Amino acid sequence: MTVIPPTDLLDSQVGDSRKESKLSRADKRAIAVKGRLSSPWASALAIVIALLWTIPTLGLLVTSFRPRSDIRRSGWWTAWQDPNFSFDNYTEVLFGSSTKLSTYFINSLVITLPAVVIPISLALLAAYAFAWIDFKGRNILFVAVFALQVVPIQVTMIPLLTQYNRSGVSGTFWVIWLSHSIFALPLAIYLLHNFMKQIPRELVEAARVDGAGHVKIFFRVLLPLLTPAIASFAIFQFLWVWNDLLVALVFGAPDTAPLTVRVAELAGTRGSQWHLLSAGAFVAMVVPLIVFLALQRYFVRGLLAGSVKG
Amino acid sequence: MDWLLHADTTGHKLALMVVAILLFVAVMSVLLFGVDRIKRAPTWLVVTGFLGPTLLFLAFGLVYPGLNTIRLSLFDAKSRNFVGADNYVTAFTDPQFQIVLRNTVLWVVLVPLCATAIGLVYAVLIDRARFESFAKTLIFLPMAISLVGASIIWKFVYEYKPNQGNIQQIGLANQLLVWLGFEPQQFLLHQPWNTLFLIVVMIWIQAGFAMTVISAAVKAIPDDIVEAARLDGLHGLGMFRYITVPSIRPALVVVLTTIAMATLKVFDVVRTMTGGNFKTSVVAYEFYTQSFRAENAGLGAALAVILFVLVIPIVVYNVRQLRLAEEVR
Repeated sequence: MTVIPPTDLLDSQVGDSRKESKLSRADKRAIAVKGRLSSPWASALAIVIALLWTIPTLGLLVTSFRPRSDIRRSGWWTAWQDPNFSFDNYTEVLFGSSTKLSTYFINSLVITLPAVVIPISLALLAAYAFAWIDFKGRNILFVAVFALQVVPIQVTMIPLLTQYNRSGVSGTFWVIWLSHSIFALPLAIYLLHNFMKQIPRELVEAARVDGAGHVKIFFRVLLPLLTPAIASFAIFQFLWVWNDLLVALVFGAPDTAPLTVRVAELAGTRGSQWHLLSAGAFVAMVVPLIVFLALQRYFVRGLLAGSVKG
Repeated sequence: MDWLLHADTTGHKLALMVVAILLFVAVMSVLLFGVDRIKRAPTWLVVTGFLGPTLLFLAFGLVYPGLNTIRLSLFDAKSRNFVGADNYVTAFTDPQFQIVLRNTVLWVVLVPLCATAIGLVYAVLIDRARFESFAKTLIFLPMAISLVGASIIWKFVYEYKPNQGNIQQIGLANQLLVWLGFEPQQFLLHQPWNTLFLIVVMIWIQAGFAMTVISAAVKAIPDDIVEAARLDGLHGLGMFRYITVPSIRPALVVVLTTIAMATLKVFDVVRTMTGGNFKTSVVAYEFYTQSFRAENAGLGAALAVILFVLVIPIVVYNVRQLRLAEEVR
C-alpha cells in the first residue's frame, strides 16, 4: 500500500540528476572512485547478488525451450552440452487442448485495458477537483480518500462478492473491471493530486482570467502537462492488474480467468510437468516484461513518487 | 443483455472491452460537458461532475464493504447468528492459526529487513559504477513479473529428486547441495524451514523496489557532505556507516514500511508454492481459504479485520517518522 513520500524523493529524478554542484565531471569521478567501497570484495558481493537475482529466471527460461524428456533427465545447466531447443513447449501450452493459454491471454488483455483506463480517468478528475476547485469540506474529503489507501482490499471482498451475486453480474468482466477500478482509486487520486499540485498556480489562474471553465482548464491546460504522471501511474496499474491473482480468483469465473489464475492452477495440478509450467510462466510474464523494459523510466518515477501497492 | 454479460469467443470479448471503455467515456463526457454547458454553474454542481462518480465508487466498493466486514466478523459462518468475538478467539487460540500467525510475523519481519538490507548494499555498491543502469535493471526485473510467475521460478529452483542411482537433480538448489557433498532436501516440506524458503521468494521480488528508492536517496546526498567526510578521513565502510545510512534514513523508513505492508497482504506465493500445506499458511492466505473455499464468512471476515489492524501500526510509524524528518529539516 502507500506511504507519504518524503519531498526530497519527489525531487530526485532517476538517472543522474544530482543536485547542482560546482564539481566537474572529472572531480566527481575522482570522488566516486575514492569514496566507494571499491574493494574486490565489494565488487564480488555485487556480482553475487546480481547472479542470485538473475539465475533462477534464466534457468526457467532455458528450461522452457528444452524438450520434455530432457527436462526430466538433467538439469538446465547441462543443456549446452547437447543443445536441443525448440518452441514446442510454447505451442503446446498456448494452443494445446489441455492448457489453452491463448484464451487466457485474451482474458488478461480484456481485463487489463479497461481496468487501467477507467480508474485513471476518474482519478484525474477527482484529483483536479481536490487540487483546483475550492469547495466546502474539500480537505476533510481528501484526507478521507487518502486514508482509504490503508484499507487492505481483503477487507472489502466478502460483502462485495455478496453484492455482485445479488445483482446477478458476478463472474463477468464487468465486476472485475469495477473492482480493479475501485481498488486503484485512492492511490491514483493521491499520486495524481501530488503531480497536479506541482503545476504553477499562475497557469491555472491565467486560464481562469481568460474565461475558461473548469472543464476547459482540465482538458486544455492540465492534461497535456500531466502526461508523464499519467504514464507512470498507467504502467503501475497495468502491471498490478495483469499480475493480479486475488481479485480475479475471488470475483472471476472460469471463462473470465486471466493468465495468472490459469498458470497458478497448472502449478497446482501439473506441478511436475515442467515443460508446460516453464513455458506457461513465460507466456504470463512476457507482456509485463516488455512494458516494463520499454517504460522503465516512468515506472521508476511512479515508484519514487512514494507508492507501491500490494 | 446476455450479450453484455457473457462473452465466450475472442472477438466477443474484445468487442465487450471496447464497449466498456466507450460506455465509460460516453457517461463521463455527458456528465462533464453537461456541467460545462450550464452557465454559472454553482460550485457544488461542478464538484459533483468531477468527483461524484469517484465518491460513488469508493462508497460502494470500499467504505460500505469495509464496515460490513467488521460486522460480519462478529457473526457465524453463514452470517446468520451473532457470535461476539468467537471468530477472533479462534483466530488467536486455535493451534492451527497460531502457526499461521507465527508465519505471518516471520514474513513481515524478515522480508522488509532482508529486502531493504540487500537493496541498500547493492545500491551503494553499484552507485556510479560503470554498468549501473544495467545492474539495476537486473535486480529490478522481478518487480515486473507476477508473484505467480516468481513462485514458479523458485519452485523450479527448489525442485527435488531422490538421491539414488543415476537420477540427476533438476533443481538448482539441490544440485548445489549435491555438488557440495550433501543430501538433496525437500525444501518445501519441512516446517519451519519451508516458510523461510517461501520468504526468499518475496525478498527476491521486493529487493528491486528497495534498491531503486534507496539508490535515488543515495544520489541525493549532497556531494559536499561526502567530500567533507572524506577529508575527515572516512572511507569505505566508515562512509557507509556514518554518512550514507544516516543521510537516507527517511528513505529507509519508507522502504521498510512499504514492503512490510505489501508482505502482509501477499497470498500468491503461499498459494502457488505449497497451497498453504505443510504449515506454511499466512493470514492473507487463510483469509482467502476461509472466506471463499471453506465458506466460513465469519472467520474470513475476522482474518481480514486482523490484516487491517496489523497494517495500522505500520502506517502510524511511517507517518510519525516522516513528520520527525520534516521537523529536522
